[in-house]
Amino acid sequence: MKSSAGTETDIPLEVHDLSVAYHKKPVLYGIDVQIEPGNLVGIVGPNGAGKSTLIKAIMGLLPLTSGWVKVFGKSYKQNCSRVGYVPQRESVDWDFPVNVLDVVLMGRFGRLRLGQRPRAHDRHVAMECLEKVQMLPYARRQIGNLSGGQQQRVFLARALAQESDLYLMDEPFVGVDAATEAAIITLLRELKSRDKTVLVVHHDLSTAKEYFDQLLLLNMRLIAYGRAENVFTPEILQTTYGGRLNILSEVVQTLGGPRP
Amino acid sequence: MSSPFHPFTVRSHRWLLLALLVAVGSFSLPEPAAAARISDITETNIVDRAVRFFTMQDRSLRYALIGSLLLGVSCGLMGAFLVVRKLALMSDSLSHAVLPGVALGFLWTMTKNPFAIFIGATIAGLLGAGVVQAIRSTTKQKEDASLGFVLAAFYAVGICLMTMIQNLPGGSKSGLDKFMFGQVAALSQDDILLLGGVTLLAVLLIFIFYKEFLLTSFDPSFARSAGLPTQIFHYLLMLLLAFSIVASLQAVGVILVAAMLVIPAASAYLLTDRMGWMLMLSAIFGMCSGAVGAFFSFVGRNLPTGPLMVMAAAVVFVLALFFGPRHGIFARWWRHRSRSKRIQRENTLKAIYRILESEQFLDQSVSLTELAEHRRETIEEASHQLHDLKQCGLVTMTADRQSSVFTPAGWQRACEIVRNHRLWELYLTNAANYASDHVHEDAERIEHVLGEEMVRKLERRLQFAHRDPHGKLIPSQADIQSGGPTPRSSEAAVGYGAGPPEEPLR
Repeated sequence: MKSSAGTETDIPLEVHDLSVAYHKKPVLYGIDVQIEPGNLVGIVGPNGAGKSTLIKAIMGLLPLTSGWVKVFGKSYKQNCSRVGYVPQRESVDWDFPVNVLDVVLMGRFGRLRLGQRPRAHDRHVAMECLEKVQMLPYARRQIGNLSGGQQQRVFLARALAQESDLYLMDEPFVGVDAATEAAIITLLRELKSRDKTVLVVHHDLSTAKEYFDQLLLLNMRLIAYGRAENVFTPEILQTTYGGRLNILSEVVQTLGGPRP
Repeated sequence: MSSPFHPFTVRSHRWLLLALLVAVGSFSLPEPAAAARISDITETNIVDRAVRFFTMQDRSLRYALIGSLLLGVSCGLMGAFLVVRKLALMSDSLSHAVLPGVALGFLWTMTKNPFAIFIGATIAGLLGAGVVQAIRSTTKQKEDASLGFVLAAFYAVGICLMTMIQNLPGGSKSGLDKFMFGQVAALSQDDILLLGGVTLLAVLLIFIFYKEFLLTSFDPSFARSAGLPTQIFHYLLMLLLAFSIVASLQAVGVILVAAMLVIPAASAYLLTDRMGWMLMLSAIFGMCSGAVGAFFSFVGRNLPTGPLMVMAAAVVFVLALFFGPRHGIFARWWRHRSRSKRIQRENTLKAIYRILESEQFLDQSVSLTELAEHRRETIEEASHQLHDLKQCGLVTMTADRQSSVFTPAGWQRACEIVRNHRLWELYLTNAANYASDHVHEDAERIEHVLGEEMVRKLERRLQFAHRDPHGKLIPSQADIQSGGPTPRSSEAAVGYGAGPPEEPLR
């Protein structure tokens, strides 16, 4: 980990030699990638390929064993206000005593000083974001009384309220209804039209090519990154999904010992 | 605000919290010179003791009351965060883990100095929390196992130390035994100062950093991704928790202080869906339980306070469980009951409609016997149901009390139910490919819950068809608004007037 000093650049995300391990067992190996601005990027790969791990590592939620990450030319910490995050839906307790508006308002907290209350402007932004995902009528609902798709939209609205330039979304399409899926796609296109960069962890190969401009194929290693039509080829998919990199995964097994 | 439980604005609960604290604090201001020690109080009569409690003539009595109120606030606030963070067990482990610290704090000064004990107990508590964290992050043990380990191990050490102190010369008079089950009457001025300081600190920190505590509790990874120092707030909360536990020990005791953290918060959780209100209610429940416990402890001649407070808190919990306005058992039962009564009324309306329909709406009234026959019930049952409909203004009875006639409202509801039923049957057969003899049972349930919006959708989807799969007419909007049945043959009338002619729908 190095080089926190840096100058602001247009490159939304630069990942250099990033490796991550859980309990000494490597999950990601030397990822090098530079994301181009203004793209919808799908992160695709089999189960356990480290897709969610990659975006968590980018945000510093997991310790890196090697490498560094730059967001718009600076360290993540310095530029975290330019990054919006949509975690997996199951990552929170939906019985938590908050309503929809409370959750969306949380998207504004990163912009406020410690101890500063959300202002009228923040409420206004939160309401607008709810409107964009068609959840305004549910603003006062307790979040547990929502369907899966509605919960996902609340999370999206919260990320929109962050008013960021780079968005990282962890499986937003899992367990949502068709209407929500369409709404998310519309939203992604809208973000792209405003020159935002969006990285989406996606598990559905059948829609990957259609939904995203660029794909990042991942299986512990970066297999390929590029325009969807260029990298969505049988050979690359075979490398990503087909037999694992055998020697690599064997070595990993010995490194990590038996699975816990 | 949408619910009856949130009558104020979002922010007002924080100010209420401060007001609460000021109110409690003002108790301690007046201080008459001549005050008896609590042990000097000699009244034997329960009524006398109760009067004495409420007039608060004695300083120690005032301390007891103030102490239990303060304890209620700090434990209530901390407990609310523990409950929503699913750390309720943490409070149990921490409270047992402080016991060796209490003993060591005593050994340090060889007196029951509240500050020494406070420091010792806090260190022991934080050590316990650290051990829990260390076990979880370095081994494959899950949180519950490490919590259980810390609880038992620290408590065992504490018990040994306490027994050793009891055996020291003068140790049996140390009053340390009160730390096990709590004795609010033994609170000294220093104890009150400590409790007040801790409570003030908790209220202020939660007041100032409410948004940070809220977000780091709800979604810690999101909080970290947004640049909030999530770990710091976690440790701050654990520190406040340790402070609250230690400051409350003298009044509630090691064994049951966890209950004062968890039970008021759990009761509040049953009653509200907003964190701010949960904090508020939890603090209020904590204060009530504390005061009631102190009262009974005094009236019952210094019974241990901890168990009494916890019993009071448990009563609050049971009351919330049964009588909560939205999630309470009673409210749910009541909603269920009124729903089934409504369904029964609607079924009777539907039966009357179908009897009229079978007579081509030539007759306006339906007799008791017809209804009983149709529904295969006794006359008494049918009469009972008609009475119910009459009470709700859905039918009127003829002069001889033997027949019933729809009121406009009753006619409208009957048409709607029949329409819902038949639309749903049609939908299942045409759109969901059910066999037409399988759809009746399903429609019997759905007809009562279809909203107008869904009905509109169904109508569009079914291209405004006007006959159900069995060939019966579906009441149209015009029928529903016509105010009452009009005679017609089953062939003449059309359902959705403007719809296309009947054809197989696909």
